[in-house]
Amino acid sequence: MDSAQRPVQRPTLPLKQRGVGSRFQASLQSESAFARMLLVPTLVVLALFMLYPFALGVWLSFTNAVVGHSGHWIGLKNFENLLHDKIFRTTVRNTFTYTGVTIVLKLALGMGLALVMNQPFRFRKGFRALLLLPFIVPTALSAIAWLMLFDSSLSPITWAAQHLHLVNNRINWLGTPRLAMTSLIIANTWRGIPFFAISILAGLQTVPTDLYEAASIDGAGSIQRFIYVTLPAIRAVTLVVMLFSIITTFADFQLIYVLTKGGPFNSTQVFGTLTYQRGLSATNIGEGAAIALYMLPILAIISGALLWYIRRED
Amino acid sequence: MAIAPAEVPIQAPSVSGNQMVQRRRLLRRVILYGCLALFTLALLFPFYWMFIVSVRPDRDLLNVRLNPFYPHHWTLKNYTHLLSDTEFLRWTWNTTVVAVGATALSLVASIFAGYALGRLRFRGGNTLGLGIFLAYLVPPTLLFLPLSQVISSFHLGNTYWALILSYPTFLIPFGSWLLMGYFRSIPRELEESAMIDGASRWQAMTRIVLPLAMPGIISAGIFSFTLSWNEFLYSLIFMSTTKMKTLPVGTVSELIKGDVFFWGSLMAAALIGSVPVAIAYSFFVDQYVAGLTAGSVKG
Repeated sequence: MDSAQRPVQRPTLPLKQRGVGSRFQASLQSESAFARMLLVPTLVVLALFMLYPFALGVWLSFTNAVVGHSGHWIGLKNFENLLHDKIFRTTVRNTFTYTGVTIVLKLALGMGLALVMNQPFRFRKGFRALLLLPFIVPTALSAIAWLMLFDSSLSPITWAAQHLHLVNNRINWLGTPRLAMTSLIIANTWRGIPFFAISILAGLQTVPTDLYEAASIDGAGSIQRFIYVTLPAIRAVTLVVMLFSIITTFADFQLIYVLTKGGPFNSTQVFGTLTYQRGLSATNIGEGAAIALYMLPILAIISGALLWYIRRED
Repeated sequence: MAIAPAEVPIQAPSVSGNQMVQRRRLLRRVILYGCLALFTLALLFPFYWMFIVSVRPDRDLLNVRLNPFYPHHWTLKNYTHLLSDTEFLRWTWNTTVVAVGATALSLVASIFAGYALGRLRFRGGNTLGLGIFLAYLVPPTLLFLPLSQVISSFHLGNTYWALILSYPTFLIPFGSWLLMGYFRSIPRELEESAMIDGASRWQAMTRIVLPLAMPGIISAGIFSFTLSWNEFLYSLIFMSTTKMKTLPVGTVSELIKGDVFFWGSLMAAALIGSVPVAIAYSFFVDQYVAGLTAGSVKG
């Protein structure tokens, strides 16, 4: 980048001006020793607050621990019990529905918004900043707005639908199983569109204009130009964005916690909320740890497949 | 430099052909602005809604005869109620302390780690880089339950340290991954010549490379700050008393209680709580977008 071309003043440093700890400093002149020293803070934090809890979680999932009691080893019992647990099965199904439907919507709408934003128009920069807002603000707080937009008596959506004579009665958005899931999907899609759009837009802007011109001269229509010029250029960035979005949506907690807490009748129960409910509210830490760990192989397979696919053509 | 293909004047064979081109262009504009209007409406309506509810008296909300899409009476009562009768200001302060602390800690660790992984050759470097990338993919939902045990066994429960030390588990992997890319883009010769002139490795890093990586460091910092400000799950679980809650958790768990919702104050809280992150990124929107996409492209 341009900063690299700026002339840098070479600092002239007196060689003899080394006092205390000069031996320590000298040892850091070795490239690998210096690298290891620099990695210490990161490794300490990750070991204490990530690796250790992860190992502890694996251990807990094999025990019948409850809050305040460490419990004892019960092998795979937690995992087996969950397989026969109706609510857990619903949870798995809900999580896949929630993730699958929102990813498709976010991808389609995000790409649409990116294509629109890639056209020249006035105040484009201002729009780009404004339309990023849903992604940027705290989800828990925007979820409060959605809580009201989906309120059974105060919803302006219902009010508008009633005044347009589309419905006669109130709509119990969050109190009806199917509508509750639909509401969550709407709110999650709303939040995620900007992330897809901005990332894909950055990919679109790397496509050289002459590539489009060359394709036009060769007689490609706009659909062909999209398939053969645009899509290959944004393929990598789109897949990476999908990877992140799938993981965060699959492991989502706060939006569901604020809007439905998993209800009604577990119709919006997902891994995050069930882990919270069983592990903390009902204090069955062992069982909760097992629920959370069930996410791991699923996320590993999805991420692995996507990463493999991303790397394949790089 | 760039010549937009549509602007190249094409020799019009006839008047009607010219008209067709114009009509097509008009249609394109209409579709473009139509789509833009729809997206803007859908993405910004919830914010408009927060605003109008926050400036209306709560009794107006329940009056079904009033059109809910604009305020009929204006009031600031919801704001004064929020600021004087609730712990909202305290939550804002807590969130600031935690976000600044976690960002500072993560930024230092990420700069070091990003420099080591992106710049220095040492055994195990690639494996560590991969490990940190994988750490970036681990969602907090997977860890919060055992982490809550760890926090209480370290006696950190209900303290700022609980969050300042646990947020870096997702901030450092992102930050070091982002900065790794920045450090790699700076030519090696600059450091090498500084070291020939007698600079130590530490000096070469802090005086030569870090100033050049400033844009990357700023975007890593903004990203860390907004992620900390917005965090919900860890804060919900590790902070038990009303006084220690962060802004998003306090608003959700303390202001939504029972059957009576103070919608006006809730929306005021949602708006005020969104302002710091909105300001943070509106000043640095370009770096922010670059960071967002660099993070994802490099992934």
